Amino acid sequence: MIVLAVFLPLLAAIIAGAYAFADDGGDKAKKARIDKTAQWVTCGGLLLSAVFSVFIFFDVAIGGNAQTVELFTWIDSGTLEISWALRIDSLTAVMMIVVTVVSAMVHVYSIGYMHHDPDVPRFMSYLSLFTFFMLMLVTADNLVQMFFGWEGVGLASYLLIGFWYNKPTANAAAIKAFVVNRVGDFGFALGIFTVFVMFDSISFDTIFAAAAGKADDTITVFGGEFHAMTVACLLLFVGAMGKSAQLGLHTWLPDAMEGPTPVSALIHAATMVTAGVFMVARLSPLFEYSETALMVVTIVGGSTAIFAATVGCTQFDIKRVIAYSTCSQLGYMFFACGVSAYSAGIFHLMTHGFFKALLFLGAGSVIHAMSDEQDMRKMGGIWKMIPVTYVLMWVGSLALAGVWPFAGFYSKDIILEAAWGAHSGVGNFAFWMGIIAAFLTAFYSWRLLIMTFHGASRADEKVLAHVHESPKVMLVPLMVLATGAFFAGLVAYELFVGHDMDQFWNGAIVILDHHKALENAHHAPFWVKYLPLAVGGAGILLAYVFYMWAPWLPGAVVNILGPVHRFVFNKWYFDELYDKIFVKPTFYMGRNLWKTGDGSLIDGIGPDGLAAATLSIAKKAARLQSGYLYHYAFAMLTGVVVLIFMYLLVGG
Amino acid sequence: MSNFPILTLLTFLPFVGALFILTIRGDEAIVSRNARWVALWTSTAVFLLSLILWFGFDSSTAAFQFEEKHAWMPAFNISYHLGVDGISVLFVLLTTLLTPVCVIASWEAITERVKEYMIAFLILEGMMIGMFVALDIVVFYIFFEAVLIPMFLIIGVWGGPRRVYAAFKFFLYTLLGSVLMLLAILAMYFDAGTTDIPALMAHGFPASMQTWLWLAFFASFAVKVPMWPVHTWLPDAHVEAPTAGSVILAGVLLKFGGYGFLRFSLPMFPLATIDFTPLIFALSIIAVIYTSLVALAQTDMKKLIAYSSVAHMGFVTIGTFTLTVQGVEGAIYQMLSHGVVSAALFLVVGVIYDRLHSREIETYGGLVHRMPAYALIFMLFMLASVGLPGTGGFVGEFLVLVGAFKANTWVAAFAATGVILGAVYMLYLYRRVVFGQLTKEHLKSVKDLSRREMLVFAPLVVLVLWMGIYPPAFLDFMHVSVNHLLEQVETARAAAGPMLAGN
Repeated sequence: MIVLAVFLPLLAAIIAGAYAFADDGGDKAKKARIDKTAQWVTCGGLLLSAVFSVFIFFDVAIGGNAQTVELFTWIDSGTLEISWALRIDSLTAVMMIVVTVVSAMVHVYSIGYMHHDPDVPRFMSYLSLFTFFMLMLVTADNLVQMFFGWEGVGLASYLLIGFWYNKPTANAAAIKAFVVNRVGDFGFALGIFTVFVMFDSISFDTIFAAAAGKADDTITVFGGEFHAMTVACLLLFVGAMGKSAQLGLHTWLPDAMEGPTPVSALIHAATMVTAGVFMVARLSPLFEYSETALMVVTIVGGSTAIFAATVGCTQFDIKRVIAYSTCSQLGYMFFACGVSAYSAGIFHLMTHGFFKALLFLGAGSVIHAMSDEQDMRKMGGIWKMIPVTYVLMWVGSLALAGVWPFAGFYSKDIILEAAWGAHSGVGNFAFWMGIIAAFLTAFYSWRLLIMTFHGASRADEKVLAHVHESPKVMLVPLMVLATGAFFAGLVAYELFVGHDMDQFWNGAIVILDHHKALENAHHAPFWVKYLPLAVGGAGILLAYVFYMWAPWLPGAVVNILGPVHRFVFNKWYFDELYDKIFVKPTFYMGRNLWKTGDGSLIDGIGPDGLAAATLSIAKKAARLQSGYLYHYAFAMLTGVVVLIFMYLLVGG
Repeated sequence: MSNFPILTLLTFLPFVGALFILTIRGDEAIVSRNARWVALWTSTAVFLLSLILWFGFDSSTAAFQFEEKHAWMPAFNISYHLGVDGISVLFVLLTTLLTPVCVIASWEAITERVKEYMIAFLILEGMMIGMFVALDIVVFYIFFEAVLIPMFLIIGVWGGPRRVYAAFKFFLYTLLGSVLMLLAILAMYFDAGTTDIPALMAHGFPASMQTWLWLAFFASFAVKVPMWPVHTWLPDAHVEAPTAGSVILAGVLLKFGGYGFLRFSLPMFPLATIDFTPLIFALSIIAVIYTSLVALAQTDMKKLIAYSSVAHMGFVTIGTFTLTVQGVEGAIYQMLSHGVVSAALFLVVGVIYDRLHSREIETYGGLVHRMPAYALIFMLFMLASVGLPGTGGFVGEFLVLVGAFKANTWVAAFAATGVILGAVYMLYLYRRVVFGQLTKEHLKSVKDLSRREMLVFAPLVVLVLWMGIYPPAFLDFMHVSVNHLLEQVETARAAAGPMLAGN
């Protein structure tokens, strides 16, 4: 069953991929048949996989029956032994549910959303392929298989961002996503090497068992001696930062919105981008032994949460707002892990998977209704025309803003309480960043709702005439996700972070005894518990003031803030900065090394230079042979004189 | 079975085929057709025969297998000695696989002097196999050098507009290094009194002599690999060579250098090898980063892939000199997978070159609209070149980096930046050629892969995935031989240790 759950999506991807090559000969009915087959195969595969995942969840997480399915050897060289294996424990089981359920919903939704697209089989194939890689990532029993899934989801993400390959912006975004992730993977790879040097193994079971014994080891890398665990964790965390779009390596995520909206929901909100959080949680037995690494995780998480939230308040593209929101929420998950509240991070990962996928797909429903318009400045006043979507977007927003009793309320609160409960400098930093970000989150969520659905419509008439509610095939998945966004927090609280937590995680997450953040969280004072709710309410209120009751206010505020707003609106100028210090110089160096290095220097002095020199010497030598007797006589005489002198000097 | 001269047969069967083609007479068209078929049959037969090595090879011993030894010049103690071990056996198979692929790839692309072309190719194959199976350094040297002649002709006769410049550059560069190697071989002969490779491995040259011998061999191998800064012949040679020429050049000839390091430098001059490791590391890192950057700036597809080859071969030299199991096995693996992947990429370029006779990236764009199957194949090999896990390209790079990290973390870190840059130039290339709108008039009627072209790619597709998903099929050949090789180096180091300390 485990094998089926993981490999069905791959099988579906291959079959649908084959259908992508089927020739319809311009026949519409035939194309419809081809599309339908591909949709059935992939949706069927995914739904089955999701059902299996639920069974696995009950068996493994609830029943406490963690297990590993060995497949076959992958790489074996010296002491390095890597196998293909599926390792299922509670953490994996949770991830499998999130991945397969959201993926199955996105698959079904795509039937409606991609209805008019000429490349349906290819799209479905990519989606399933992505799901397979994601499942390989979460079921990995060693770091290298995780890396396989890691790069595999990167590939799928690249393919799907660039799905509409006619758009130059989509192609550029796809490459950007792949390359920025590669930068992260560079750290990941070095981290794997460090782990291998430390433990002589990269298999999770072995390294987790040996971690405590290596807690104080040092390692000599890059010319210095460092705390080994810190080096390993920090390098691995660079990989997590890339995949999860954390501050510094986040620039690809907003651009990734060039892909079709179902892709944004599945990959760039619910699953792939959370892989970094999963990695840190999975490696909790290592991270626990490095205070420095945990500190860095907390700071990066806290900073990203606030950074992305500020940018999210200024954007006008509906998908970009949600993208920055994702980035910000990932920050929450990371600082939860940073204060050793891994299970809170995973809890939020799960609830976020539901409500963020819901928001994205809801946004997709809006975009679908508005004839592919994404700019919120050209929306407004459409809530009566698409009431179901409107309600569902409300559910998603309430969950995101953390309003009781929606899922986000439980998971976000426990994270903030844990950050407070860490009783440390970085913990407090993360707590306050999180509180401000919570305020901003509520603000931009309602800014989005009001700008999109309320007020006078700013769309042109042609578009407005076309506004229609989405078909059932799109709405039903939304309702399933909405159910998750509503109940997931309430239902799972005790299991994930409450009383049953130790039994539930069953050793999948390791927390050292002196890391008490999660324990303290349950004894947080009144104000810590209710501050997030209060600031959330304030944010919502402010959004109403700004965009409903006093619409002249935003303009005035922007004017007053001036340069600050420009800075935030331009995403803190990260793209411009990177373009200046990385992209341009790289191409510049490439051209110069080629023309000057290879051309003028190596070839100029080397082969071409030698050839030219040989030629000119030959010409000069030829000139010496003038044919005049006295020239030769003179040369001979000179020679004789030189010889005599040498004889006298050396011999004498 | 044990007396069956399989290696001799593999080496000389192509020559027989070539002789046979030579005797074909008659009408031009008939001669061409027959020459093609004879070349195909011969190379296929050689490939099938070589499968005996695949199935019959005993991977539990480091000893040379399928050995043949006959006196040749007894007066000088030079013998005709052939054999394979876990390091060389897969290179033989790579050669025998790529040759029929090349013959099919040249089926329609070569229309002039087909007879001579096929003769050159078969001779080339025989010599390459001979080089890999030679166990006498004189036999080795003859094949090692003689390979240049058919390759020189293939570039110089069937190449592009600047073929003469490229052919001479290729020839002179490689010859220059070889002269020094010949001197070194003479010196070795006078010191050891034999030219037998296993005997030379056991001989133990004096430390001071090792340095000079190592440098002389280095001069030759570095050009062949090619290492920075003696790499500039490669882009020119690739650009001008016909497609199949590039395939063999990248697929097999570039491995001569790496193979040479493993066969001679490491076991015969272990002390010098240890001394010169920093030099190799430095040159290789420069190669990886420098040529990756240069690849980024290319406007010619073949040049771009040629430069990427230099970068990939930089990984090979790094891995070899890490003197760790993972590094050396990774280096061999990288050579094999690069042999498949770069060969395939040159074929990929060849497909569209045959259609439009341009290698300029700008000529293309939006090919996916007309050539979806081609886009898929190109994508697969691009990803393998980028080193995506699950393809053959990953395993070699990964093992090399593991080895490098053990040997020197800086080397691993610098080399790993090549992995990032590799993604940049390959994805950028793919985007410009395959993606985008199809606006250019001359592309609007371009045809997707033909059956023949699919047949060319099929074995390479299977291999690149097989090598990525189940590497033990290949790695198992190497383990014992590589361990044995590293033991040789280790023993020498240990023996020299007290002596060095005594100084």
